[in-house]
Amino acid sequence: MKILVCISKTPDTTAKIAFTDNNTKFATDGVQWIINPYDEWYSLVRAIELKEKDPSTVLHLLTVAGAEADPIIRKALALGGDEAIRVNADSQDSFYIATQIAEVAKQGNYDLVFTGRETIDYNGSSIGGMVAELLNLPYVALATKFDLNGTTATITREIEGGEEVCEAALPLVVSCQKGMAEQRIPNMKGIMGARTKPLKVVEPAAADTLTSIAGFELPPAKAGVKLIPADNPAELVRLLHEEAKQI
Amino acid sequence: MSVLIYIDQAEGHVKKASLEALTYGAKLAAQLGTTAEAVVLGTVTEDLAALGKYGVKKIHHVSNDTLNHFDAQVFTGVIAQAVTAANADVVIFSNNVDGKALAPRLAARLKAGLVTGAAALPDTSNGFVVKKTVFSGKAFANVAINSPIKVIALNPNAFKIEAGEGTAEVAALNATVEASKVKVTQVNKVTGEVPLSEAEIVVSGGRGLKGPENWGMIEELAHLLHAATACSRPVADVHWRPHHEHVGQTGLAIAPNLYIAIGISGAIQHLAGVNRSKVIVVINKDPEAPFFKAADYGIVGDAFEVVPKIIEAVKKLKGVA
Repeated sequence: MKILVCISKTPDTTAKIAFTDNNTKFATDGVQWIINPYDEWYSLVRAIELKEKDPSTVLHLLTVAGAEADPIIRKALALGGDEAIRVNADSQDSFYIATQIAEVAKQGNYDLVFTGRETIDYNGSSIGGMVAELLNLPYVALATKFDLNGTTATITREIEGGEEVCEAALPLVVSCQKGMAEQRIPNMKGIMGARTKPLKVVEPAAADTLTSIAGFELPPAKAGVKLIPADNPAELVRLLHEEAKQI
Repeated sequence: MSVLIYIDQAEGHVKKASLEALTYGAKLAAQLGTTAEAVVLGTVTEDLAALGKYGVKKIHHVSNDTLNHFDAQVFTGVIAQAVTAANADVVIFSNNVDGKALAPRLAARLKAGLVTGAAALPDTSNGFVVKKTVFSGKAFANVAINSPIKVIALNPNAFKIEAGEGTAEVAALNATVEASKVKVTQVNKVTGEVPLSEAEIVVSGGRGLKGPENWGMIEELAHLLHAATACSRPVADVHWRPHHEHVGQTGLAIAPNLYIAIGISGAIQHLAGVNRSKVIVVINKDPEAPFFKAADYGIVGDAFEVVPKIIEAVKKLKGVA
């Protein structure tokens, strides 16, 4: 069994969102970088659990980024995984990134590719689906549970107003979200071990870039809260009905 | 050339998110001087021709009943055939659960530039630039699509449905349907409740409610307002409420017209999931709760005293005894 887990580096969930260079670039000054929470908490941890169940599993981590992502990949390796691959490219186009991932996946003959449901910066939810299409594999998006029985996967996925359970044979691409696993904190042994795990850097394959970011903007500021006295909640209901016209 | 809209249906009924996508696609077609066509898969019980009132001229229907179960791989193959049949150069999805699986697959297949989470109609005055939400709703990016074919997934509840006059031509599309490799074994629907992602009003509770036994008033208020119920992450983590109710950065991101937060302090991660709501009401006993900064209306007070009074006032407004 060979599993590939795709990892992206994102700003910390509490990072201040601001832009520079005439609003064309994210202002990275003072920003703490983390492993994208969907990639870490759900997809990577679930893959580690699968490897703990079946120690013969080979678990590789993959990121498409410049060298500045190395600390993040080491942090991911501290949680688990045998080795990491970094495709040395910097792109914001999902098709370009997915092509790089598909290329690595093809060469490595993985049985299972995990991605997070989306990154918390670009919110694309695109990579898993694109990779599955480029590999011509089935794709289950927004998975909340994943179990393996031999080479058959049982997956629970979110649907509107509920969930659906399905079965599919490997190989398979899955995007992961809350429910798959619980967050873990790397221990000292893991952190020390991660330093000597292989981190292979490979050059990108030729691929097209189909989109580009022309600029960013911030939403208009809120006018400020209108406070209603606690002893008169009926006034809130009146305002929601007559002023906001929402009820 | 045409704009092709994917109509998402469940159990024969067209989803609200698809009516938004139809309106969006029809307006885009008018902007580009082309026509809007649509594609729908599986058995549909609704009158498809009537969807013409949203501006769509022709609907390609692939009625093969094996398409009543969703499979991203199989559906993508069918939609790609509809793209050819409609000679489409722009394809619109809703960025809902199935749209998130389909739009990227179709984009990769057609080598089309993709923007998911679109928040407005594209600016086509100079190229093709789509505004999308980024940083979990804390900002927008204007993304240029530079490929001949373009795929857009529209954020649910971001675009107003507009109905006019008109009837669509419904044409059976005889598409090749591959065998599915994903077998659905069980569907668990929460019945009788409004799905959170489609709800126009959401009533949400946090740790301030002290325990799952106190959710009765949240549910009662939600019921009166035809609203969905939601919760903050800590509440889902301690299993007071199911995980699928968790809204926030790592849960579900929602954009209802009205979001009522009760006993939620408003950590930045929670705000990231709800900040696209049109009107936000915060009820919290801590006047320093950060949520008040993001709110339109607020009450500083004890939820256990305030919420029952709100329920009374809503009952009076709605004429419920």
